[in-house]
Amino acid sequence: MSGSLQGYAGRLETLAHEHGLDYYPVQFEEVPSSFMMEIAVYGLPVRMPHWSFGVRYIHQLVQHRMGHSRLFEVVFPGNPGHAYLAGNNSLQENTLVTAHVLGHADFAKNNSLFKRSQEQVGYRIVERAATHARQIGGAVELYGQTRVEQVLDAALALEAHIDPFQGLRRERYPQYVDATRTARGDPFHQRFENLPGGTLLADAPLERLRTPIPPSPERDLLWFIAEYSPELEDWERDIFRAVREESFYFYPVFACQIMNEGWASYWHARLLREADFLPQNEYLDALKTHSDVVRPHAAEQQASLAINHYHLGFALWEAIVEEHGVERAFAIRAEDDDFSFVRNHLTQDLAEELKLFRYEQTNDGSVRVLDHDIHALRETVLAPKYNFGAPAVLAKHIAHDGSLTLHHQHETDGRGLDLDRAERVLDYLHKVWRRPVTLETVDSAGQPKAISRS
Amino acid sequence: MTESSGFVDHAGTGRQWYDLFSRGARDWLRHNDKVRAAVRDQLPELIAGSDLLPRPDSTVQVPVRFLEHARLRLRDAQQPEGVGQGDGKPGDKLAAPTEPGAGSGAGGDGEGGFQFVLELKIDDIVDWLWEELNLPNLKVKAGAVRHDDYTREGWSRRGVRSRLDRRRSLKEAIKRRAVQRQGPAFSNDDLRYQQLALRRRPATEAVVYFAMDVSSSMTEHDRQLAKTFFFWVVQGLRRQYTHIEPVFVAHTVEAWEFAEAEFFQVTGSGGTVASTAFRKVLDIASQRYDPGRFNTYVFYASDGENFSQDHDAAAAALAELGGVANYIGYVETASRAQQPLGTATAALFEQLQAATGAAGRHALSTPESVWDAIRAFFSRPVEQAA
Repeated sequence: MSGSLQGYAGRLETLAHEHGLDYYPVQFEEVPSSFMMEIAVYGLPVRMPHWSFGVRYIHQLVQHRMGHSRLFEVVFPGNPGHAYLAGNNSLQENTLVTAHVLGHADFAKNNSLFKRSQEQVGYRIVERAATHARQIGGAVELYGQTRVEQVLDAALALEAHIDPFQGLRRERYPQYVDATRTARGDPFHQRFENLPGGTLLADAPLERLRTPIPPSPERDLLWFIAEYSPELEDWERDIFRAVREESFYFYPVFACQIMNEGWASYWHARLLREADFLPQNEYLDALKTHSDVVRPHAAEQQASLAINHYHLGFALWEAIVEEHGVERAFAIRAEDDDFSFVRNHLTQDLAEELKLFRYEQTNDGSVRVLDHDIHALRETVLAPKYNFGAPAVLAKHIAHDGSLTLHHQHETDGRGLDLDRAERVLDYLHKVWRRPVTLETVDSAGQPKAISRS
Repeated sequence: MTESSGFVDHAGTGRQWYDLFSRGARDWLRHNDKVRAAVRDQLPELIAGSDLLPRPDSTVQVPVRFLEHARLRLRDAQQPEGVGQGDGKPGDKLAAPTEPGAGSGAGGDGEGGFQFVLELKIDDIVDWLWEELNLPNLKVKAGAVRHDDYTREGWSRRGVRSRLDRRRSLKEAIKRRAVQRQGPAFSNDDLRYQQLALRRRPATEAVVYFAMDVSSSMTEHDRQLAKTFFFWVVQGLRRQYTHIEPVFVAHTVEAWEFAEAEFFQVTGSGGTVASTAFRKVLDIASQRYDPGRFNTYVFYASDGENFSQDHDAAAAALAELGGVANYIGYVETASRAQQPLGTATAALFEQLQAATGAAGRHALSTPESVWDAIRAFFSRPVEQAA
C-alpha cells in the first residue's frame, strides 16, 4: 500500500467523521485482481466449494478478458469491516475507492436491514463463511464429493428461498395446538350451554391436536428442509443451515443494492469534492473515475435498455440531500430499503431528468417504448427485487408417508414457473428429501400443473 | 486494530494463499468432470456422429454446453418489460438489445448459453463403451495355438525400478522394524520386485469377418450406419483382445477382401448377391483361418435387398457358415424399410438363429441404434472356457 494513499485515507476518514459518517473500523487489503474476481464470483472471500461457482468464474474470466467489467473494490460489513481493493487500481482510483468504502461501511452499520442481519449472523461474516467452507471441506473428506455435492446442489438452488422476516434462529413448530372452540352463536346452543346443572362446555378441557406440518405455508424452504426433512443425516442438515446463514447475510445486500451503491457513490463524490488536501491533478483523475462508475448506460448511445443502479441511487441521494438536507438523508439510509427508497423518492421530476422510460420487448424481438408513468416505472424497477428475486414457492404439506408438496403462488408472481428448470430443481430436492416430492404451479396456458418425483 | 481502520500489508509476509490456489479454477475443473461424466452417459448418441469415423488414433472434439445449476424461476414473460434510460418517446421503436441478459445483475442469467469444446480420446470412449462387452460364445479351441506369455510370478530382491512392488516392500519394512526397533524406515533389503516368468497359455484366438453390402441400393445414410457400427466394433475388439484377426469383405454382385483402411472408404454400385460374401468368407476361412483353430465370427451389414434368384444360394452358404462360426450377427440398415427386419435376408438369419442359436439380428435405423446393436451382440456373458 503506497504511503501517499495511507496519508490520504487517514484524512478522508477525518473528513468523513466530520460529516457524521459512522462506521466500524475497516480493514483494507490490497489483493491481486484475479482474487478480486473470485470474491465477486463467490460473493465472499472464502466460500464453500461448488461446481456452479466454477461456471460463474469462467464467465467472469471471459468478461474480464474482454474488458467488459472491472472491479475496484468489494466491501464486507462487520466489525471490523473488510474492504478488498484491486491491486491494479491506480493511486487516484484507490483514493476514490477508499472514500466509496467509507460510504458502504456507514451504510452497513446503520441501515436497519443490515443491522438486523448482522445481529443474527454476526459481525464476522468473512470468518463465518470460511468456517462453513472448512466444515463442508471436512464433510467431503468424510462422506465423499458426490454425497456432499448432492446436498449442495439442492441447498444452493434454494438459496434465495428464506424468510428474512422470521429471523435466522427459529423455533420448530409447536407439536400440538389446542383445538379451537367453535363458537356457536345460535340462540339454541347458547341456552343449551347455560342450562343449570350441566358442566359448562366452555370449561371442558380442550382436545389437543397434532399440528400439521407446516401449520401454514412455509416460505423458508432452507430452514424447513433442515428441520423437517425425514431422511437427512445431521451433517447434511448442517450444510443446509450453513447455506441459509449465508443467505441471511446476502439478503440486505440484495434488498438495498440501489440505496447502498448510491450512498457510497454520493459520499465518495462529496468527500473528494471537499478534500482540499488532494493535489489538483489527482482530484481530476479521481473525478474521472467517479464519472466512469456512476455514468448512465445511455451515455454513448441514444438510449439504453438497462439502468445503472449506481447512477440511479446516486441521483436519488443527490436529490434527497438537496431537497431535504443531509440529516433527512441519514434518517432515510437508516430506515429504508430499495422498495421504500424508490417508491418514496423517485419522483416524476427526477425520472424526467434522468430520462427514464418503460419499454416492452415484443414477440418479434423489437423493443417499443411504452410510457413515462412514474408508478409503473417504479414498479418495473422493483419487480426483479421481490422475494429475494425468486418465485414465491412455499412448502405446503408433508403427508403421513413423508411426501412433500410445494406450492408456487403464481397469482402473486403473475405467471407460472419455468418448467424445465423447475423439473431439475425438483430432481435436486428429491435427492435430499428422499420421499416423493410434488411442486404445484401453472403451465403457459395458466392451467394448474403439478410435477412430481417419487 | 480496534479504534481506526487500517491497511493489511502483506509486503513483509510473502505470498498469500490466494496467489497459489484458485478456488474458481478448482470448481471449474469439478464442473468439467461433471460434463465429462454427462458426456459419457450420452455416448451412444455421441458415437453416432459420423465425423468421429476417420481418425482412429486422434481425439474427438465434442461441443458441450456449460452445465447450468438450475434455480426456480418464472417462465419468460410473453413481452418482457424493463426500464431504460435515454431519449425515448412512447411508441418509439428501439434497436433490439444485443445482449439479452444485460443488467440483470448477479443472478447469472443466461449462463447456459456458452459452449465450449471437450476433447475426448477415442481410446477412452472405447474403454467406456466396452467395459462390459465381450465376444459371444468365445471358446478355447482344441489344439489351438499356444502362446508364450510373460506372467507375474513371485518376488525378487533385485529388479528394475518399474517392477518395484511398493505394497510388498512396505510390508517387508514393517516386518523388519517390528524386530529391529532402531532401524531406518526403509533399507535396500526391504525392496521387493515383481518377477516375470515365461509361461505357455492356451489361446483363444479369434477371427472376425466384417462383411458389408455396398450395392447401389444402400444409400449414403445406410453405409454410414454400417460403417459406424463396424468401426466401433473393430475398435472395441482390438482393445479387448490381444489376438484377434479382423477380415473385411465388401460385396455387390461379387465379393472382395479389403484392407481395413480401404474398407471404410469403399463405395460400390450394382446389384446385391449376398451369397458371394458368404462364399468369400468361407474361402478365406478354409485358406487362412481354420475354424478348428480359430473362433470365427461373422458380422454382416446390408439393407436386406438381395436378388431373389440368390435366395437359395445364400441360404445354403449361410447354413454352411453357421456350421463353422461361433456367432453370426446381421445388422440391417433399415432407414428406408417399412418394417425393420422384414426382408428376405433377415428371414434367412432368423432361420439360422432358430437352427444354431448362435446368430442374431438387429436393425440399424438411427445413429443411436448403433450402440443398441453393439450391446445386443456383445453384452452376453463370456462362456466358461471348456
